[in-house]
Amino acid sequence: MNMILLDYYDLAIAAALVGVLALSSVMLGLGMGRQLVIAALRTAVQLSIVGLILKVLFENLHLGWMTLVAGVMLLAAGREVMQRQQHRFRGAWGYGMGTTSMFLSSFTLTLFALLVIIGNQPWYQPQYAIPLLGMMLGNTMSGIALGLDRLTSSAMAHRTSIEARLMLGHSWSQAISTIRRESMRVGMIPMINAMAAAGLVSLPGMMTGQILAGSPPLEAVKYQILIMFLITAGTGFGTMTAVWLGARRLFDERQRLRLDRLYKKN
Amino acid sequence: MLLRLDAVQVLSLEPLNLDVDAGECIALSGPSGSGKSRLLRAIADLDPHEGRVWLRGRVCETYPPCEWRSQVGLLPAESGWWADYVGEHFAELPDDAVLSRLGFGPDVMDWQLSRCSTGERQRLALLRLLVKRPQVLLLDEPTASLDPDNTATVETLIAEYLAREAAAAIWVSHDPQQRHRIASRHYNIVGSQLEAVA
Repeated sequence: MNMILLDYYDLAIAAALVGVLALSSVMLGLGMGRQLVIAALRTAVQLSIVGLILKVLFENLHLGWMTLVAGVMLLAAGREVMQRQQHRFRGAWGYGMGTTSMFLSSFTLTLFALLVIIGNQPWYQPQYAIPLLGMMLGNTMSGIALGLDRLTSSAMAHRTSIEARLMLGHSWSQAISTIRRESMRVGMIPMINAMAAAGLVSLPGMMTGQILAGSPPLEAVKYQILIMFLITAGTGFGTMTAVWLGARRLFDERQRLRLDRLYKKN
Repeated sequence: MLLRLDAVQVLSLEPLNLDVDAGECIALSGPSGSGKSRLLRAIADLDPHEGRVWLRGRVCETYPPCEWRSQVGLLPAESGWWADYVGEHFAELPDDAVLSRLGFGPDVMDWQLSRCSTGERQRLALLRLLVKRPQVLLLDEPTASLDPDNTATVETLIAEYLAREAAAAIWVSHDPQQRHRIASRHYNIVGSQLEAVA
């Protein structure tokens, strides 16, 4: 079975639907018309650029180019994590904490999957590496962003009870333990929900794509299971690392709670 | 010398020096916002600060932070609670006798914090601190929300504790009569100065 190719006329019809929605939104006074159009335009432009980059990348197989693209993806994800924080860490930590955690979890696991599990030749073949890394980063990013946001906002809200524990001689780790545990849980819940609902409520995007492209359903399912497990591990370890680093950073070398290391997003 | 403050500086206060002997209780007063609470937090090493604090001839930085704060116990004006039940906040259970002097039965450990009044919390926070047996008590208006009977009990309890454990206290109080009852020395913050009151 061959994939049915879309032409620009097909896309124009779909775009018209969004246009009608934007128009309705304006008429109903929802104030979303402008946002909708801008977001739709961004989708079209950003994805086209990515398509072009992938096209070039596929035609020029080289580890250096792959590393560059992967690096840009990581930095963009790190920025996104920071953008989603209500309270951010001052200085390089604000950006570095999420980025480091994603590097440690997403990069390592993607590499592991490419080398050990998939084992294609060469391992950095972009058809596998880029989508895999993209899915890993995208999900890990959400987990880390949720976890860190919960950590910092809880620390701000529960300053009195955290310091009460310090005053009784508890260590920084004991003093923040409840909040740290809760933040890690919050970061991991979406992934656990996604695994539980997979196939019943939603047909995961990658599997849908493979089936549309003509893969046998059971092969697509195997890939999807692999991806889900990798993403879960990546999100879990990434969130744990980021929340642990964040919790540590909330205290100084004398184990004082240092909320002055946070600033509020404007 | 149990506790020594050497040029400790917080907010806009002048660097201050103070020596406190074992068994001694020092009263501290001053207008609100003058830095009393910040001074106590600095002594407990909860805020970064200038100057040095010594306990039994050893400077604060040579103690592990947890040990320092176990020895130099701060009772803040607003007590913090992190678990649902009273008992979960106690490292060890206080004597029934002490509990009953403060008006509690042994069942208080099973109480939910959400049903404790401000006054109850203040007394429980003091007990929670005393069972850890700190050498120095830093008390920030410990009787602010207590009735006269409970205030008298708390004053006696603390005096007994200081004598029994050869501990020392710095007690922030706005009540001149209370300062007279509890303390051997009294300091008042005027402007940026700490002044001894005769």
